[in-house]
Amino acid sequence: MAGAVTAHLSEEASVRPRHINESVPVRIALITVALAFLALVVILPLVTVFVEGLKKGWDVYIAALRDPDAVSALKLTLIVSLIAIPLNTFFGVMAAWAITKFKFRGRNVLITLIDLPFAVSPVISGLIFVLMFGAQGFLGPWLDERGIQIVFALPGIVLATIFVTFPFVARELIPLMESQGVQEEEAAVVLGAKGLKLFWYVTLPNIKWGLLYGIILCNARAMGEFGAVSVVSGHIRGETNTLPLHIEILYNEYQFSASFAVSSLLVMLAILTLAVKKFVEWRGSKWQSKSS
Amino acid sequence: MKGSANRRVLPGFGLSLGYTIFYLCVIVLIPLSGVLVKTAGMGWADFWHTIWNARVIAAYKISFLTALAAAGINAVFGLLVAWVLVRYKFPGKSFIDSLVDLPFALPTAVAGVSLTAIYAQNGWIGSKLEPLGIKVAYTPLGITIALIFIGLPFVVRTVQPVLQDLEKDTEEAAVMLGAHRFRTFRKIVLPEIAPALLTGFALAFARGIGEYGSVVFISGNMPMKTEIAPLLIMTKLEQYDYAGATAIALVMLVISFIALLIINLLQARINKRTISA
Repeated sequence: MAGAVTAHLSEEASVRPRHINESVPVRIALITVALAFLALVVILPLVTVFVEGLKKGWDVYIAALRDPDAVSALKLTLIVSLIAIPLNTFFGVMAAWAITKFKFRGRNVLITLIDLPFAVSPVISGLIFVLMFGAQGFLGPWLDERGIQIVFALPGIVLATIFVTFPFVARELIPLMESQGVQEEEAAVVLGAKGLKLFWYVTLPNIKWGLLYGIILCNARAMGEFGAVSVVSGHIRGETNTLPLHIEILYNEYQFSASFAVSSLLVMLAILTLAVKKFVEWRGSKWQSKSS
Repeated sequence: MKGSANRRVLPGFGLSLGYTIFYLCVIVLIPLSGVLVKTAGMGWADFWHTIWNARVIAAYKISFLTALAAAGINAVFGLLVAWVLVRYKFPGKSFIDSLVDLPFALPTAVAGVSLTAIYAQNGWIGSKLEPLGIKVAYTPLGITIALIFIGLPFVVRTVQPVLQDLEKDTEEAAVMLGAHRFRTFRKIVLPEIAPALLTGFALAFARGIGEYGSVVFISGNMPMKTEIAPLLIMTKLEQYDYAGATAIALVMLVISFIALLIINLLQARINKRTISA
């Protein structure tokens, strides 16, 4: 899914003379059907989280959020994100630089390989790390000897999260930097800029909004990852439970309101992600209209 | 390619490419190859028996068919949503446009519990369908609905840019030649957006096959009936049947990679067709 941010709405396509547009009743009908579909499929689940979370009242809601297991789940989720995101961002920038500023054989193969984690089921994403680092895994005995615990502990969760959110920043930056071309960088080199200065003063200002969006998206996915972490974490309550896993546990124990209360945190994060995306699109369109 | 590999104007090629490949290998390629190595350790007979017995076949079927149905429905309604967002004006359009991305930004577990709450027997919609004899939760229908939620942004976001960039002149020509709107849609617009629509369908499908978090709550996970393939892998892992889990994982990986290849080929075709500014 190349360049998710570039799919912003332009006015041009929706300003249509009457002869190449549907008639008003048809338009109204289509809009109604589309909105009804979205209301059913997207809005309803969104609203349900808050309705169910607040069903037993405000106190229960807050109590669920204050619960020690919930707090430690939140802490773990934040720590994992704090480690995974900078690593993947650094990789994303490096990969985008190599792919978009240079031509080399195997470029397309590299792009496809970067997309791989996208195509892998979350459960398999966790499985591969259990295969490598689990007690029966390839490196299991070696790690056991040294007392290093990767699976069923923080490092395993971090690795699985890195794997799952691996492509996000790169995929955001690659189309963006591709469309920006190499001219500004080449001009800077001609003027004597070197390495890091070149990146910092020329490339970075151009990509900052796309980069921001990639990071936000990476974050949303990292904090919300369920399947992969579920396999790798061992579900040790209070220790290796991330927020999504905690939600699952509460749900399985029939503590529905608490489960939805904690879910609402992640929903608010998702809404924040969408808001940032809108902002990035708005800035992007301002930049485009200024330079055209 | 002009010039030798040593003469690059911009700095950092070696460093960036080297790091990229290194990180890619360590995080993605080597762990993924573990699946191959582990399965190679199984005998051929063992392997075959693991990936081809009644329960596993039922799981493939359920994953495959529900993903197909969901992607199909998303193709139709996703196209509708994209059409309405690109071509019409109405109040709240910008808000609705943001909303389309929600399934992409929302954690799968949250989607799962939320959808189950809605469609369970005592749920908001489930209770209304119950007297009609329609069960949603704990049936393949429920799985399909969850996959529709998950796959929607893929179709809409793939079709939207292509629809946006369509020139008005082909439709003007069609009107002048006497075509009514539906004919114009069928013969002019649809062929233009077909590759994008297909790509969106394939993306939603590929995502649907592997989806775990949003499905595992609403499906009930009954073997042979609503057990999806990823869950089967999970179950085998919990029973410490690593070999069995890995074997099934290999089958799923192969399918996913084929889907990924097809998607990338389709996307390359789309990019060739559009005229770059």
